[in-house]
Amino acid sequence: MPLDERSTDASEHAGPTSIDTEEESDSGNHSRVDKNNNKGEKQRPPLPPRPKAGLLQSDASPNSPQSVKGLRPSLQSKPTTALSSVDIQTLSFPDGSRGTFSTPGSRLVSESVMGLSTGTSTPSGKASRAGIDMDDTTSLISYAPTLRGNGDLESLLDSGLDSPSPAWKLLSTQSEAANPFESFEYEGPSLHSFDKEFDEIEAVDTKRGNEEELLIQWKSKLKHYIILSSAGKPIYSRHGDQNLINGYIGIIQTIISFFESAKDPLLGFTAGNTRFVVVTQGPLYLFAISKLKETDAQLRAQLDALYMQILSTLTLSNLTHLFTNRPNTDLRRPLEGTETLLSSLSDTFTKGSASSLLSALECLKIRKTQRYVINNTMLKARTPNLLYGLIVAGGRLVSVARPKRHSLHPGDLQLIFNMLFEAGSVKAGGGENWIPLCLPGFNNRGYLYMYVSFISARENAENVAERPSTASSVSQEDEIAILLISAEKESFFELKEMRDDIVEQLEKNGSMDIIKKAVRVGRSSATEMVPGTPLRHFLYKSRANVQFTMPSFSPDFGSALARRKLMNLYHALHASAHAKHAHTKVIHCISTDSVSLVWTTASFEFYCIAGPNTSRAALAQGANKIIQWVKREEERLFIIGGAVF
Amino acid sequence: MADSTPKPSSSVKLVLLGEAAVGKSSLVLRFVNNDFQENKEPTIGAAFLTQKCNLPTRTIKFEIWDTAGQERFASLAPMYYRNAQSALVVYDLTKPTSLIKAKHWVAELQRQASPGIVIALVGNKLDLTNEAGASNSLGDDAESDAADGEDVDGDARKVSTAEAQSYAEEEGLLFFETSAKLGTNVTEVFTAIANAIPETSLKGIRGPGAAAAPARTEDPSRVNLTGPRDSASKEGCAC
Ligand SMILES: Nc1nc2c(ncn2[C@@H]2O[C@H](COP(=O)(O)OP(=O)(O)OP(=O)(O)O)[C@@H](O)[C@H]2O)c(=O)[nH]1
Ligand SMILES: [Mg+2]
Repeated sequence: MPLDERSTDASEHAGPTSIDTEEESDSGNHSRVDKNNNKGEKQRPPLPPRPKAGLLQSDASPNSPQSVKGLRPSLQSKPTTALSSVDIQTLSFPDGSRGTFSTPGSRLVSESVMGLSTGTSTPSGKASRAGIDMDDTTSLISYAPTLRGNGDLESLLDSGLDSPSPAWKLLSTQSEAANPFESFEYEGPSLHSFDKEFDEIEAVDTKRGNEEELLIQWKSKLKHYIILSSAGKPIYSRHGDQNLINGYIGIIQTIISFFESAKDPLLGFTAGNTRFVVVTQGPLYLFAISKLKETDAQLRAQLDALYMQILSTLTLSNLTHLFTNRPNTDLRRPLEGTETLLSSLSDTFTKGSASSLLSALECLKIRKTQRYVINNTMLKARTPNLLYGLIVAGGRLVSVARPKRHSLHPGDLQLIFNMLFEAGSVKAGGGENWIPLCLPGFNNRGYLYMYVSFISARENAENVAERPSTASSVSQEDEIAILLISAEKESFFELKEMRDDIVEQLEKNGSMDIIKKAVRVGRSSATEMVPGTPLRHFLYKSRANVQFTMPSFSPDFGSALARRKLMNLYHALHASAHAKHAHTKVIHCISTDSVSLVWTTASFEFYCIAGPNTSRAALAQGANKIIQWVKREEERLFIIGGAVF
Repeated sequence: MADSTPKPSSSVKLVLLGEAAVGKSSLVLRFVNNDFQENKEPTIGAAFLTQKCNLPTRTIKFEIWDTAGQERFASLAPMYYRNAQSALVVYDLTKPTSLIKAKHWVAELQRQASPGIVIALVGNKLDLTNEAGASNSLGDDAESDAADGEDVDGDARKVSTAEAQSYAEEEGLLFFETSAKLGTNVTEVFTAIANAIPETSLKGIRGPGAAAAPARTEDPSRVNLTGPRDSASKEGCAC
């Protein structure tokens, strides 16, 4: 059993249900990266210009547990609540890495300048030096809207909420109750093709000579993910077939390996308004191209998640084995079928996902006592070979059963959720499924086996439970899934029996109806939580539980585009709150079509948005009220402890 | 049929094998839900489904393992066919390589599976040939072997009925050409399997109505009625 072979990766990350640790785990960051980081930080000379910032930098870093533990207590005693003390200057430096491309001369930047010998990854640590040095000299840039588009990717003042015309400004000031992003005609250049982002690009047809036209389509995509082997063999590309992008693969390989061979690995570079980020993982190069103004750290986390998906299919042992035997391996065959999973993962990032941004999970809101009953039902039905048991409803976690020694890695759960709820391949089949998969956060060397069965949450569920309906007729929001994970390959019927037992008990004690009802009701809007609140949307992450909660996207962010705009804003706020030397704990951000606020303490991260004419005081008060509401509802919103055995 | 007395009911374990994308899941979906999906995603791992099949004298409950055809899952296949009483080996009659793969599966089953296993060879996607729907009587009139690709008739058949059928006869397999898309011959395959399972190898299960009526018209000594349902199904594919 791989139980004892558990890699150190897992132990360094807090699972969503573990309560004994406060450290946050970044979905994609592997321990190797973390260690390098820590090492890097130790090796790095002290940072003279801003000692205070340096301290907080470690605090903000999710990857360095030691420093977090060292620093938190003092922070906890003095959480910042001074909502009015706004430090606008820092807004233009949400992420230190920005320094690498704010000067025109540094288009192609290898960030490994700090004498790191390994240099496989330096998410933002080294680049941040540059940020610090320029902090005082360039902060005024962000005040001057005329300078936007000057490679100033992170400036919150134009954080993807594109500048409206003067006429619109006039109009909007007349409306007190304006909602965020009301001006959808004002899709700035960055998002104007968002509706075509997920359209397929046809195959190259040499007879018709459509290549040029396809290349234009290809280049107009806002986001690309490309994976290749270090030998230059294509493995995956989100857009365009192989014939179309072969040339680019060659170029990418040449560029990356040039820096590799110089022992000076390339981490990223900028061209125009497009950011390119590289992650090297053993024999694989992962490459992200983004016009969505995400930070390097955010893009890197996304690439890490794609790498996790590859490991989930192959295991690290198999991957290493393949390339040790044949460096020229074509990985597409062993990965057959993983493409759809990689694509749905990519699209989740491109659409914007709060869960992956925060590396946290969302739970179904039910009463504490009800959750207690469900947890107990799981525990009672537990069979010997069960490793993890999960009940998921409408894409949200209802209950988790786990051994005391093992928490679940958020990155692993992201892979599972992606496979079950985004990619749709499992659900579409109907019936019950038995899926071998590797959960790299748990153990990247071996396979686990996952029993999956779906139950419809709709009224006429009785017969559907017996004969699960097919994907065409049921949306994700309607589905209740029971997932039972085991290390034992042959335990399908044991777990199937456990599932039948769970379902029978849940039906009997009324929990099933409660779950179905909660799923059908869906998330409430912010106004339903706190009547009269000016807030239109928010994210609240409980750090201790590695879980988050948010209101419904409707009515204000119902469309995919509105959601992406909202996510752009959250990404920018997140970046500023997690900048290596963010010394503000509260950031208030005003833009032409919204006001927003981020507030971080030792126990939570809070992000919210309101209409453009909301006053700072109203926003602060609204935020306070929501946070009070969350605290009051905490045991309903989050799984605290869970069913531990 | 005498509906007043419940018919004896037994479960039959069935496994589907075949190259990726030949339509295994689609055949099962048609059989179980009478449904079809145009762009079905590949199966990951395996799916377990059940469906009853009513014969004149008894009810057969199929316990179906729909396996993934992708190469990387091949090593798991023995787990699913080990205790199977029947197998559907599927190929795509527009894709000759899929028949080669099917022959490999047949050979492996004959070597490794339980000796009495009933195997049906199924050529799927009949709707892509131009005789689709024209007649349901298949097999006797040999196709022209020269049927190459999507010609003017839109005939995409690449494996002739005669070729597959003579192979099936040699190996003692049931043989059908089907369309999961149109539903052609799908129930027929399963019914034929149900009929071909030797009575001796049928393990009885206690159906909902059967528990109250233990008296059977069948030879009771041959039908094991005592095994509780759970253990009967569990012992099967699991171990
Ligand atoms: N025209 C036509 N298409 C079919 C038929 N059966 C399946 N397909 C299509 O063929 C593709 C593959 O079908 P699946 O049922 O997923 O094939 P599979 O054998 O289960 O594939 P794996 O799960 O990967 O092993 C899908 O796009 C189906 O819509 C058929 O009878 N006619
Ligand atoms: Mg399938």
